[in-house]
Amino acid sequence: MTKQVLQVDRVIIRFAGDSGDGMQLAGDRFTQETALFGNDLSTLPNFPAEIRAPAGTLPGVSSFQIHFADHDILTPGDAPDVLVAMNPAALKANLPELPRGATVIVDSDEFTKRNLSKVGYQSSPLQDGSLDAYQTHAFALTSMTTEAIKAALGDDQGGLSRKDASRAKNMYALGLVSWLYNRPTDSTISFLQAKFGRKPAIRDANIAAFKAGWNFGETAEAFAVSYQVRPAEMKAGLYRNISGNLALAYGLITGAQRAGLPMFLGSYPITPASDVLHELSKHKKFGVTTFQAEDEIAGVGAALGAAFGGALGVTTTSGPGMSLKSETIGLAVTLELPLVICDIQRAGPSTGLPTKTEQADLLQAMYGRNGEAPVPVIAAQSPADCFDAAIEAVRIAATYRTPVILLSDGYLANGSEPWRIPKVAELPEIKVEFATEPNHETENGDHVFWPYKRDPETLARPWAVPGTPGLEHRIGGLEKADGHGNISYDAANHEFMVRTRQAKVDGIARTVPPLEVDDPTNDARVLVLGWGSTYGPIGAACRAVRENGVPVAQAHLRHLNPLPPDLGEVLRSYDRVLVPEMNLGQLSMILRAKYLVDIVSYNRVRGLPFSAAELTGAITELVESLDPETHPAAATGLTNGHGFGPATGSGNGNGNGNGCSSEPGADVEVPTR
Amino acid sequence: MSTIDLPVPGLRGVPTADAPQNRKDFTSDQEVRWCPGCGDYAILAAVQGFLPELGVQRENVVFVSGIGCSSRFPYYLNTYGVHGIHGRAPAIATGLATSRPDLSVWVVTGDGDGLSIGGNHLIHALRRNVNLKILLFNNRIYGLTKGQYSPTSELGKVTKSTPLGSLDAPFNPVSLALGAEATFVGRTLDSDRQHLTSVLRAAVAHRGTALVEIYQNCNIYNDGAFDVLKSKDTRDEALIRLEHRKPIRFGRDGELGVVRDPGTGTLRVGRVAEVGEDAVLVHDAHADDPTTAFGLSRLADQESLVRSPMGIFRQVERPTYDDQVREQLAAAGAGGAADLGDLLRGSDTWTVGADA
Repeated sequence: MTKQVLQVDRVIIRFAGDSGDGMQLAGDRFTQETALFGNDLSTLPNFPAEIRAPAGTLPGVSSFQIHFADHDILTPGDAPDVLVAMNPAALKANLPELPRGATVIVDSDEFTKRNLSKVGYQSSPLQDGSLDAYQTHAFALTSMTTEAIKAALGDDQGGLSRKDASRAKNMYALGLVSWLYNRPTDSTISFLQAKFGRKPAIRDANIAAFKAGWNFGETAEAFAVSYQVRPAEMKAGLYRNISGNLALAYGLITGAQRAGLPMFLGSYPITPASDVLHELSKHKKFGVTTFQAEDEIAGVGAALGAAFGGALGVTTTSGPGMSLKSETIGLAVTLELPLVICDIQRAGPSTGLPTKTEQADLLQAMYGRNGEAPVPVIAAQSPADCFDAAIEAVRIAATYRTPVILLSDGYLANGSEPWRIPKVAELPEIKVEFATEPNHETENGDHVFWPYKRDPETLARPWAVPGTPGLEHRIGGLEKADGHGNISYDAANHEFMVRTRQAKVDGIARTVPPLEVDDPTNDARVLVLGWGSTYGPIGAACRAVRENGVPVAQAHLRHLNPLPPDLGEVLRSYDRVLVPEMNLGQLSMILRAKYLVDIVSYNRVRGLPFSAAELTGAITELVESLDPETHPAAATGLTNGHGFGPATGSGNGNGNGNGCSSEPGADVEVPTR
Repeated sequence: MSTIDLPVPGLRGVPTADAPQNRKDFTSDQEVRWCPGCGDYAILAAVQGFLPELGVQRENVVFVSGIGCSSRFPYYLNTYGVHGIHGRAPAIATGLATSRPDLSVWVVTGDGDGLSIGGNHLIHALRRNVNLKILLFNNRIYGLTKGQYSPTSELGKVTKSTPLGSLDAPFNPVSLALGAEATFVGRTLDSDRQHLTSVLRAAVAHRGTALVEIYQNCNIYNDGAFDVLKSKDTRDEALIRLEHRKPIRFGRDGELGVVRDPGTGTLRVGRVAEVGEDAVLVHDAHADDPTTAFGLSRLADQESLVRSPMGIFRQVERPTYDDQVREQLAAAGAGGAADLGDLLRGSDTWTVGADA
């Protein structure tokens, strides 16, 4: 009997289990199957900070969510349509986020009295009616896995212990869900063949479990229908699935290659940035040197030393590491050497929530140094976008001889999405020239090298690397005299140098494209402005709001320092600007200060990405509040400079301020003396 | 002037100079601004006098420093230089030396810079054995911050920050370096130019991290800290010269010697006339086992510095970190025609539409 196949346009599945249950692997494989099938997709892994929390406990629950669709999607989805829960802890941890009517697949073998009591279940939710609102499928996944392995490998399970054989239950579950959504299976089978090629028994057990899971779906009465999600319409091209950290690593390599520079990564392991170090360490043939330093400070210090020697210096870290690198970044500001600092943000302060996401390092990136130490800051907005953001960071660093801070976060780092692979020849080339000749003639006619004589266009200083005869020079953290660069304690010189370093960074705005504003109906009164990984949820929310007939405009910042030259104009052309951030309003604060625009903030710091639903609510509320006749009450969750209220009540709102605000980039003032 | 025989292992890969160089070639146009009478002047003069001996291109020499009086050193040499931040010079130099095999990279640091705020970087540089020459100017005091005790100050030191005397035990830099797996450890004295130069010569020949501790007088905040090793009245019995393969004897007429206690294995000083010439320890800087070198580093009284060995405690061969990094790069095909397109494509791709 052939079962019925239903068409659906999108599905959200969450695989959840104990951290030892292999849920990340099951999720990864399902993602690859889905990518190869041609759906658009977005993923969100969520795992504990502990490597192996006590088995069966709530802190030990690890999950992987995938959202896939026949159209383009922007987020890993809010609430799952399907929850696969491999034990009571996984069920209990994830049930609160499950909408009524969702499908729940559980491994009933794990619902023992002991396991139930570990997570505080007095009775089994499989029996006490607490899952009545869901389509619950309780299968003995563990024993069905071992039975399947016995059937395929013989009663001795190919020599595997019962425990080892039962480990393949993640593949059994994967097989079942793959059947349920009509995923292609070849890639998973060849993956298992390659992964366990040297361990034939484990390989065969996993393949047997995977196939048995599929066949169980096909033959068992439990599922009357399976589902089909048609491939999404995507721009023609060659695609792969890519995570943010992988895209970031590839972007750095590509940037260095396009600039013709060897890359030197100095790094210290830290969650969630370590995977960039791991990845880059594999690509020595691209001239990438990776140095695992004794600490965060040495990581960035060595990168800066290599930059002095003519390499592209790179360091990768997360918040606590950023704190340690601050002093060296300040040195890089004054040495004016190319350095890319990647901050894969995580929830802080201090150690915070190492495996959870946040975007609360913005002000640290902008201002977290002593003295006037301007650093260009850019942010990636989606996993695949980390590639382009990294290339842009390299471009700015190499062109302007400056440290650049590239902000990603845990959500982007571990999340993944399809990526249209660019053709190398179409990627921007980054022009870098080393100084080879003296650049200054003294009063008595000597030709000398001045390390701080600047390019009039970019204000970048020459990059003269050791080994270049005649250009010997000494640079350091002490203030330098303009031009010849010798130590100078002169007051006027210091002011000139401070303003010049600022002007150099401000001048980057001339190469920043105008802000793209998505305002399809051209009549929106509210602009939603974001930066970083909120791009997906904001975009999904704006779509939802528009589908309800409410106009709203969306824009997203790649460049946070300097900001796009036309940003002030854009902000002032809307009645209200809403800035959702996974912090307490850091970009809002910058925008209010710079443009005297009364930004409305929407802030959440839960260690998780925004849900599209909550942002849809916040946007709708703000738009509707513009009509005080119908919505006189202040909105909850929205804050501005002086308590949220209707636009008519704001005094310092949309005007041009008092003329004191400076527009970055629009009119860059280069100091002269 | 004696010239070292090139190429020495420590300078392998560094281009040699076309013509002989002199002291002036290595002297920058910057006015030297240490306090008059500072021991740093003597060290600078010795280094400026020694660098031409190397016979390498001046532009391939880089001095990297941290913060402190000694760290102003790079400004006075007409080479490439980085005056870095407090304690981080070994880290900066590690990145530079690892990425540039054609450079002779030197680190200038002090007891505060290298052993206090930068202690971590120093020990890890030694452990890795990066091809760096680290000159640690030890004056047993903080000079630039005006006279606080340092991690090498003797216990009970009365300073501005310790009016009742310092309470923390000092580091012995040579012991520390030996414990950190250093492959080259030497000690010398600012005022003994000939000895200082001889230790620098050995350090630069060594391939790997060379730590040279230079006892340096701060005549403002810790004047006379090394007088016991300099004064005619005391130096013969206070200073022990180490020379490879020679019995370790000292005293006005060589009447004292270092012997190993047969019971405990520790080193001590004895009268040669009493212990016999055969009992005097013969110095072996190349001994694989660092135990005896460590024992020598413990001979001196940490307060008075009496019985301070000077010279090369240890010099052994071990593959350097930077050479091995470059070997891995070369083996992976760096510099060849790696295909970026292949990298970006990976293995699991799919095609949409007619394109691609």
